[in-house]
Amino acid sequence: MISPEMIVYIAVGVMTLAMLMAMVRFVKGPSVVDRVVAFDSLTISSLVIISVIAMLSNRMIYFDVAIVYGLLSFIGVIVVAKYIQKGL
Amino acid sequence: MEIMKLAGAVMLLMGSFSLLISAIGLLRMPDVYNRVQTGTKASTLGAIMAFIGVGLYKFDAWSDGNWIGRVLILIIFILLTNPVSSHVLMRAAYFMKVPLSKLTKVDKLKEDIDNNVIKEPSNE
Repeated sequence: MISPEMIVYIAVGVMTLAMLMAMVRFVKGPSVVDRVVAFDSLTISSLVIISVIAMLSNRMIYFDVAIVYGLLSFIGVIVVAKYIQKGL
Repeated sequence: MEIMKLAGAVMLLMGSFSLLISAIGLLRMPDVYNRVQTGTKASTLGAIMAFIGVGLYKFDAWSDGNWIGRVLILIIFILLTNPVSSHVLMRAAYFMKVPLSKLTKVDKLKEDIDNNVIKEPSNE
């Protein structure tokens, strides 16, 4: 019998695998933009993992952490793009 | 509400596989621009599916907390910000003169720059 918790744990494992792959691109990416894209992908995966942690530990306050983290990541990507475009 | 939990967990699994496909594309694509493309679109879809899964999993907690409301806020936020950041990043990469892949056939931005429709950003 497959319980929903087991499926959730498998999903967290798959997301961790995705984060490892993005980490490889983050380490060896040839240009700056590769690294920024890998960082963005890592951030989105970790947003999902934070919300899964909030779901499993039944605390709604962790969801606000995910919202603020997404906002900070967006601002970070915009600032780096503006900087390498010589606009800052 | 066991069936809602099961539906949420399956949705979460589908979203996580979409995130995995995005990461594989990030590893295997030949070019910065293709990497931005896969790394943003597929991961947006995966994150939205996973957040819907979280909202369905916590569907019976409707009365003592607004899980669905916060999930919707996060989904709308990701839908608004993720394409904007990918577009700005790709434009910055183009003007930074990151080389295009050898397989590139069409470059409309170069034609526009040559016809003086768009100016390159100068160092002011």
